[in-house]
Order: sequence, then C-alpha cells, then structure tokens
Amino acid sequence: MKVALETNQLIALAMKQIEPHVVAAYPITPSTEVVQEFSQYVANGDVKTEFVPVESEHSAMSACLAASLSGARVMTATASQGLAFMWEMLHIAAASRAPIVTIVANRALSAPINIHGDHADAMGARDTGWLQLWAETAQEAYDNTIQAIKIAEDPRVRFPMLVNYDGFTTSHAVETVEILDDEQVRSFLGSAPKPKYSLLDTEHPASFGVLALQDYYMEFRRAQAEAYKNVKDVVLEVAEDYAKLTGRKYGILEEYKLDDAEVVLIAMNSAAGTAKETVDLLRTQGKKVGVLKIRLFRPFPVEEIRSALSNAKSVVVMDRAYTYGGPSGPLFEEIATALVNETKKPLLGNVIAGLGGRDITMEDIEQVFDLGYKALEKGNFEPLVSWVGVRE
Amino acid sequence: MAVINIKSLTDLEPRFVGGHRLCAGCNEGTIVRQVLLAAHEYEVVVLNATGCLEVTTSVYPYSSWNVPWLHEAFENVAAAASGAEAAYKALKRFGEIPEDKQIKFIAFAGDGGTYDIGLQALSGALERGHSFLYVLLDNEAYMNTGIQRSSSTPQFAWTTTSPVGNVSPGKVQPKKNIVEIVAAHGVPYVATASPSHYVDLMTKVQKALSYDGPTFLAVYSNCNRGHRNDTALSVKVARMAVETNYWPLYEIEDGKYRITYKPRKPQPIEEWLKLQGRFSHLMKPENQDKVKELQEWVNSKWELLQKKEEFSKTL
Amino acid sequence: MSEQKWSELPEGVVVPEGGNSQDVYIVEGWRTFKPVVNLEKCTHCMTCWVMCPDNAVNVKSGKMLGFDYLACKGCGVCAEVCPVKVIEMVKEER
Repeated sequence: MKVALETNQLIALAMKQIEPHVVAAYPITPSTEVVQEFSQYVANGDVKTEFVPVESEHSAMSACLAASLSGARVMTATASQGLAFMWEMLHIAAASRAPIVTIVANRALSAPINIHGDHADAMGARDTGWLQLWAETAQEAYDNTIQAIKIAEDPRVRFPMLVNYDGFTTSHAVETVEILDDEQVRSFLGSAPKPKYSLLDTEHPASFGVLALQDYYMEFRRAQAEAYKNVKDVVLEVAEDYAKLTGRKYGILEEYKLDDAEVVLIAMNSAAGTAKETVDLLRTQGKKVGVLKIRLFRPFPVEEIRSALSNAKSVVVMDRAYTYGGPSGPLFEEIATALVNETKKPLLGNVIAGLGGRDITMEDIEQVFDLGYKALEKGNFEPLVSWVGVRE
Repeated sequence: MAVINIKSLTDLEPRFVGGHRLCAGCNEGTIVRQVLLAAHEYEVVVLNATGCLEVTTSVYPYSSWNVPWLHEAFENVAAAASGAEAAYKALKRFGEIPEDKQIKFIAFAGDGGTYDIGLQALSGALERGHSFLYVLLDNEAYMNTGIQRSSSTPQFAWTTTSPVGNVSPGKVQPKKNIVEIVAAHGVPYVATASPSHYVDLMTKVQKALSYDGPTFLAVYSNCNRGHRNDTALSVKVARMAVETNYWPLYEIEDGKYRITYKPRKPQPIEEWLKLQGRFSHLMKPENQDKVKELQEWVNSKWELLQKKEEFSKTL
Repeated sequence: MSEQKWSELPEGVVVPEGGNSQDVYIVEGWRTFKPVVNLEKCTHCMTCWVMCPDNAVNVKSGKMLGFDYLACKGCGVCAEVCPVKVIEMVKEER
C-alpha cells in the first residue's frame, strides 16, 4: 500500500504496526512528531501500548531499560540533546543486553544550539555498544524500523538499536512510501522472544545491574565485545526475510557504481542520495566515480568495507559530524581503522559537510569528488580533512 | 492488612540474606529486612538506586536479594520503577501475564538518590501515578562516597563537604523537607518511619502496599560511619531521633496528617546529638546557641505537625 | 567460587541466582566480638532478629535458636536492643 506521509508520522505508523508493549518517551525536535502521533494512537485505543510520558530523556531510557528487562518490547524516539542526556543510560542498556529500539531523527549537538540535521548525536553514541542502522530515505527509515525490532530481539543478538534518519531533511519531508499492512508486520515480527532472565520472574529471582570489581569487570566487557560478532548474520537473515515479504532488498552496505570507480565517496543518510545523483551526472562526463552508502554502522562492517573498496584508488569519506580535537571526522576514523593494515589500500581523505542542517548540494559533492581526483594527482590527500560548504 | 505478628514471620524464607558487605550494624540492612518481611504477602520486585545498599549487596557473583532486583544508576530509581511497572501493566493488558498475578514494586534509594540527584525522576514518577512504594533510606549524607553533605543533612552536622572549621559550624542550611515535597504531589500515602519502631514501620509498609498509585516511606537510617557512633548503637540513635521529635513518626493519607507515635516523655535534642560524633563540636560551650537553634527548629516543626494533625480532623 | 572466564559469564549484567550471598560470602572474619545468648533466659521476643542487619539470628517458629556465625559481623546491635539483656558480646578468640 502506498502512502505519502511526513516521515515522522510514517515512523509513528510503523510503531503502531509494531505495537510495542511500552513506549517511554520525551519530545525533542526533530523527533517530536513521532511521539505525538504515537500518543494519538494510544489515545484512540489503536494500540494497547503502555505509553509513559516521562519527564526527561534520561528517565525515558531508564524506564525503557527496566521495561525491556521485564520482558517487554520497548521503543522510544529522540535526537541530539535528548540522546546526549541519555548517554549514561545508553552504555548501561547495551551492556545489559536490552533490545530497545530507539528512533533518532539525527540532529546537531549544542553548542551553539541548532535543531537541524547532522550526525553528531548518533556518532556520539558509537562507543556505547548500541547497534546502528542508517537510512537515506523515508522508505528505508520505515523498513529499518521494522527490521530493527526483529534484529535487536533475536536471541543471538539481544542488543539495543538506533534507527537513524536525518533531522528535517528526512524527518519532516513527505515522500511516497510503500508500507506493509498491520497483519504483515505482526506476522513478520511474531511475538517477542522470551529473555533469558526477566525482572518479573518472581519464581527465579535474578539480580540485574550488579557491581563487578576489578576481578570481573573486564570479563563482562570482553563477553559483551564478543557478542557483536553474531549481529551481521542476523541483519542479513532479517533482510532476506524482509525482501521475501516486500521485494525490497537490504544489506550491510549499498554499493552504487563501485565496480570500476576510481574515486569513491562514502556517505550515510540522505546525503548519500544526493551523492548518487551527482555520480550519475559525473558519469555522463566520463568520470569513473561511485558511492558507498553505509546502512549498518554498528557493528562496524570491517570486511564489507574492505571488500567494497578493494578496487578504489581514491576514497573520500564525507562526515556530517566532527570529532573535535580528534584527527578527523568520526566515520573517517572508522574507515581508516578498517583499512589500516591492508597492504593494498586506496588514498583516504575526509570531508566535513552539512553540519547543523547546512544543505549538501550536488555542487558540494562535485567539489568533494574533485578533492578525490586532486589527491590522485598529488599522490595524497593534503590536507587530510577538508571542510566543504563553509564560508572561509 | 494484618496486625504485625512478628513471630508468624519467623518461618518465612528470607528475602534479604546475609553475606552482604554493608558495614557492621548498618540500619539499611535492618530496614530492608523489616520492609521485605512486612511485604511477605506479596510478590515483590525491588529497584535500587546506586548507593551503599546497592553496591554491598550485588558484588558479582554474589547477590543478597532473594527477590528480583534491578539497579540502573544513581538518579533514576523512580524512572526504573516506572518502567518495570509499565511493563507489568502492559504485559497484563496484552495477555502475556495472568490477570491475577500481582507484583508489588518497591524502590530503595538513599537521600542522595532521592532529595538531590534523584528528585527529578521521583517527581516525574509521582506525578504520573505509577503504582510503587518508594522507600527512602535517609542517612542524611552521601555516605557511599564517603560522607558528603546532601540537602537532607541537618544543620550544623559535620560532613566532609560541610566540615567544621574555623569559619564554619558544619552544614549551613537546614534539612530539606522531602515528606512535604512528596505529599505536595497529591499521592495516596506518605509516611515517616524508623527501624527502631519496627511495628510502626512494618504497619506502614503494609498500608502503603495496599494502595494503588505512588506511596512513599521516609525511613530514618543511622550510619555509624558517617554519624560517628559505635556500631552497637545504630538502633539506639534511630530510637533517640524519634524520642526527641527530630524524626516524628507520622503519615499523610489522602492529604490528612496523623501522628502515629507520640513520645510519652519527649527528650531534648541533646540526647540525640550527643550520641553522634558528627555533632561533637556542638557539645562545646561556645556552640550552645546552635543547639538551641536546632531545638527550636525541632520544636516548631513538631508544633506545626500537631496543628496539621488537628486541622486534618476537620477535613 | 572459582573465578569464571569471560565465556562462562551469564548474558547481560546479571547474577542469575539471587540471594546466593548467604551461601558463598562469609563475613565472620569482620568480627572482633561475637554475640553469645543465654537461651534459658531469652524471652523469644524476636527483637534481635528484627534488628539484625545481616540476618544472622537463627529463628524458627517464633523461637530464637542462636546466631549464624558465618553471617554475623559482631556489630553488637542485638545485645544493645535485647530488652532482657541476655546477649553478651564476647571477644573472639583467634
């Protein structure tokens, strides 16, 4: 069935179809409408979900964690400062193996305060242990939301997951989207698998969130680190099942015209779409360029990145966030780490673009590809990090 | 709600067991045992804020909790209780938990996790009306991190961040009134208690648990390390807090005040102060004016409480 | 309990068997004094049991039986609250 909805409304609709047991959420631009629309479904009795209008995002994640450990299917939505306020709880939720799905309408972090789209919020969560899916379009955001539930609560995974899409550019845009009907979503997801331990299991009382001293903390963390190795297979399995249901194919990455590409741009979320348009344009001019779009950012798909870039000569990583005081933007760090020990690797450079909702235009991306070509001529990216679209 | 018959509880399987690492004599261990004994008729899930109780009873691989137990962080036990209670209601509504399965949610937190860093989450949970009992273990400072002042610390008490020095007599501000703050949310039941008066405490726990909605029990807790008294006197100090009217035992039910214990012979505040090293500077002659100030503070609060009780009878 | 390897840990941050501390973590080494009760004079009021922070007073069917010396930290609260003063804190011999 085709619908044309503002993406936030669309995601609220996905949540309605998922009908989680508990939603504990706090409004923040540009994710607010997700929570508002969902509240209306609750008020109309369209869902039996227990909606908890918490008094802050920190409490939202706290309530979500307790609910998840009680065996409930749990969702919330936030962005920017809200996600940042939850930061302490994000680490706790991931280590606790609570499959909470959180919708993030990616927005810049203060200061200065800015309500528009960039990737600082989710990038700030990359050390927390949360899984992350990134979406270029409203269609992908909808499809990712549904798949996220199935991935997160799979007994081989049991990690919380962020479902990211750009604030305003995607969240407030209206796109025509193909949706499933309620019954299809219900049967695709089935009921939530029972957790190994439940807070409500009074017959077998367990203690959650315990203290571990110097003799055990590291073992807990080592065990957690190991568990991410199972995630990729589940993501691909769920994608395959979803493709059977919808005909839409998803994977870890999206490779766009990479086979013979000399210069490759790596991007996430909506700018990847603009990049693909730019590639089409530049190809008419004879330039061999391509786009690598990352869908599964956590766990970071090292092998897939290496394989996708194996023929590239010059790679520009486009970051919509920056690691202040760091060597580069965050996505660049991840890509560079994946390739660092490869004997044959492309030239690697970083571009910072689109911060605080600054539009990334096709002209910007042409400029980025130019940087990739210049590096080929000179034999290196100099400087390593360039800022595009900012008034010098 | 049964009259507390302590002997009838002696054969119950203990829900809070020994082998924890609370300091010898700690009131918190005593209070938790009394609360969970009083709750024996119910299935119980415990939420615990970061603090002495939490760290000493859950050192992996040991746990002293024979009931389901969750610790998340310092400032959010009320939010955790909200989430667990929401899941319980939802799972019932979805038909995944039997309708007749009853679980009571009990949150334990110290004065740090309640008066200060935890106040936001507490207020939110109270306003939203979740069904849970919040038990405040009030030892009047951030004890787990080594005796730092909280807004619950009484005036003139020594703590490491309100120490007694040449220009300071200890904590400058008087103790914040958490009971009034909670009562102002209009919740069904709020009460104070002390482990020294265990029948009163356990009766109040049962009363609180009989309600739907948020209920709150502020329990006085001696900390023999932070208050500087011998371990054996932990309960005696708590008893004296009550007998001096420093910690009156009362309840606010549906907005009406009722004092549940009136000392036959109310003791002067010195009887409580002199037991605790954190007030030893007040025993000096030059600080008698401060003792007088504290006595006046206690008196005025006690008088006001009695007036509220009288007034409540007219409601 | 021998120390578990990372691969032997339960999933999440859990102690799956709540209440196991009474079986495995022994605090008797904390004590300097230990309580000794004169059961003949004891009135079985249960006060020591209700006040003990460590669940170290053994009771059954309304009768005080004695102390669990593995759980007792020797705090002395029981002796202090006993209304008939039949508990004495005795120096531990080591």
